[in-house]
Amino acid sequence: MSIFVDETTTVVVQGISPTSQGLYHGLRNRAYGTKVVAGTNPKRGGEEIEGIPVFGSVKEAVEATGATASFISVPPPHAAAAIIEAAEAGISFVVCITEGIPAQDEARAYNRLVETFPGTRLLGPNCPGIISPGKCNIGITAGDIALPGGPVGIVSRSGTLTYQALHELSQQGVGQTTCVGIGGDPVPGTNFIDCLAAFQADPDTKAVMMIGEIGGSEEERAAQYIAEHLTKPVVSYIAGVTAPPGRKMGHAGAIISGSQGTAQAKMEALSAAGAVVAQNPTEAGVRMVEIVKELG
Amino acid sequence: MDLYEYQGKQYFARFGIPVSPGGVADTVDEAVERAEQAGYPVVVKAQVKVGGRGKAGGIKLANDADEVRRHAGAILGMDIRGHIVHRLWVEHASDIAKEYYASFTLDRTAKKHLGMLSAEGGVEIEEVAANNPEAIARLHIDPLRGLDEDTARRWVADARLDEEAQAPAAALLVSLYRCFVEGDCDLAEINPLVLTPDGRVHTLDAKVTLDDNAKFRHPEWEEYAATETDDPREKMAKERGLNYIGLSGDVGIIANGAGLAMSTLDVVTQVGGKAANFLDIGGGANADVMSAALEVINADPSVRAIFVNIFGGITRVDEVAKGVIEALGRVELRSPIVLRLDGTNAEEGRALLAPRLSDRLLAAPTMLEAARQVVALAAAGADASEERS
Repeated sequence: MSIFVDETTTVVVQGISPTSQGLYHGLRNRAYGTKVVAGTNPKRGGEEIEGIPVFGSVKEAVEATGATASFISVPPPHAAAAIIEAAEAGISFVVCITEGIPAQDEARAYNRLVETFPGTRLLGPNCPGIISPGKCNIGITAGDIALPGGPVGIVSRSGTLTYQALHELSQQGVGQTTCVGIGGDPVPGTNFIDCLAAFQADPDTKAVMMIGEIGGSEEERAAQYIAEHLTKPVVSYIAGVTAPPGRKMGHAGAIISGSQGTAQAKMEALSAAGAVVAQNPTEAGVRMVEIVKELG
Repeated sequence: MDLYEYQGKQYFARFGIPVSPGGVADTVDEAVERAEQAGYPVVVKAQVKVGGRGKAGGIKLANDADEVRRHAGAILGMDIRGHIVHRLWVEHASDIAKEYYASFTLDRTAKKHLGMLSAEGGVEIEEVAANNPEAIARLHIDPLRGLDEDTARRWVADARLDEEAQAPAAALLVSLYRCFVEGDCDLAEINPLVLTPDGRVHTLDAKVTLDDNAKFRHPEWEEYAATETDDPREKMAKERGLNYIGLSGDVGIIANGAGLAMSTLDVVTQVGGKAANFLDIGGGANADVMSAALEVINADPSVRAIFVNIFGGITRVDEVAKGVIEALGRVELRSPIVLRLDGTNAEEGRALLAPRLSDRLLAAPTMLEAARQVVALAAAGADASEERS
């Protein structure tokens, strides 16, 4: 099994045009085997691009094709509205890879989803997307670096480190059930805990790899969740041990996070929760391969 | 983007938040002129983006033109924790009865706006937060609802602001919240927010961090962009639109994605090297971006070897390869490059580069192996330059 998406997932690509990133990646996703059934563009309703029927709105696309998921890569000024449009059309899984959405727009969109559209899960923004190897790939992950068959579930906050994690496992012949890139924005639609809970519930996922980075306190919260709810082994890696001190958000940032947020604090929290803590992505792969071998 | 105090105050003023009359001065004569306009006594304040200005002697009270001259002369050019003072803010000194603290930011855990308000403002607010957390009244605000005056009234009462301060403070907080939201701030902070003996509240210091992602709808932010950094490497990178942070080592780093760039720094450190910089070329980086990145790294005299670490997703590795080739044609690179390329179109990218590989342009199969090679090259470069000298 996989989490959030599988071979039955049908995808509408929002904001499609012959030159858009959405088309480029949508076609790659389709070539991977993902059921890309529609595209939207208010100026191109009724057209067809590369065999993908284009509709004027997500609502029309859903009515005509029954699409269950959407893929958003529209520019930042339009992304929050695109997310809400998908939710209003009844899309249950929205993947938004757009980087650079204003934080205020993102916070409003998130709260709007929680309040009005509890049936819609947002992945991202500013994320690489999701891949269930062999079944469905929505986003910008290169499909050939993933290996079908499980037993590892991956959740990562950083885009390129998501690929790195997939690559480290696939090179060793260890497959993945699903790999979720939750993105590094301040208000992610889906967080570590959502993914950890889904992997815990998925019988085919036997172990979880979690990739975090400095800043915020989501990794610390995830560590607490792991300690309380996960029976499956977790291997983790946190990027940014040697990172230069980032922007300090005045006193307010320090007051909110306290000592949380450093790589060291995150690694200690994960270690205390019983997770294996690797020092670099390669070591994370090696430790996970050992664990999978022991599982048999 | 962090604003200087004077920029923060000017930004607040756009939203009707009361600030003291004052002006900006880059010279001693200008400081006197601003002081005459504001009216004595005045406060002469160093404009640097770092805390602890007062303790460092960067904030002084002046009662007449001679004192302004003396203080402005001492503060201009002063080094405050690595930040050189180029500019002063001179404002009319306020009579202060009480100092409060107020801020708005985003609570990433609750995913709501968070207002913090305290009757115990002043420089030591972080100590208040640590030792006496109940002295800070926290208010979560739903971004869909906003902050209304009634809620603000209850909040100032919860925070136990002095009776006469409550009504004007509530009005100021509503304006500050509007500035935070409509002004696209990541942080809008006033510390201290002062109560004057005649019952007015206003802003004595302003800390504003703007959300760079919202730049497209704020043409007025253009003026803030010019006054950012003293590091010539960072200036050069900024002109090219690159996400660069200068560091002190000798291994130049180019990676795509902040996570991978941070991880590259970590791995270089783990194998005994030291990074000269953090440089994230971001998603979708094309040949132009790649060659601009190499130009910036090449201009850093401390760099002895360059590590290009790319895992293609939205970034296509063949585009990166073209960028490297183009940069090799455009600039004469002083340092050898170690490439590690994987992901989208990696095969095509490697094929493009294969004929050009040499002892100045190497390819490594893994991130760890590439890190070892680049650190060895940097060390060899350091030895060679010692022999020459």
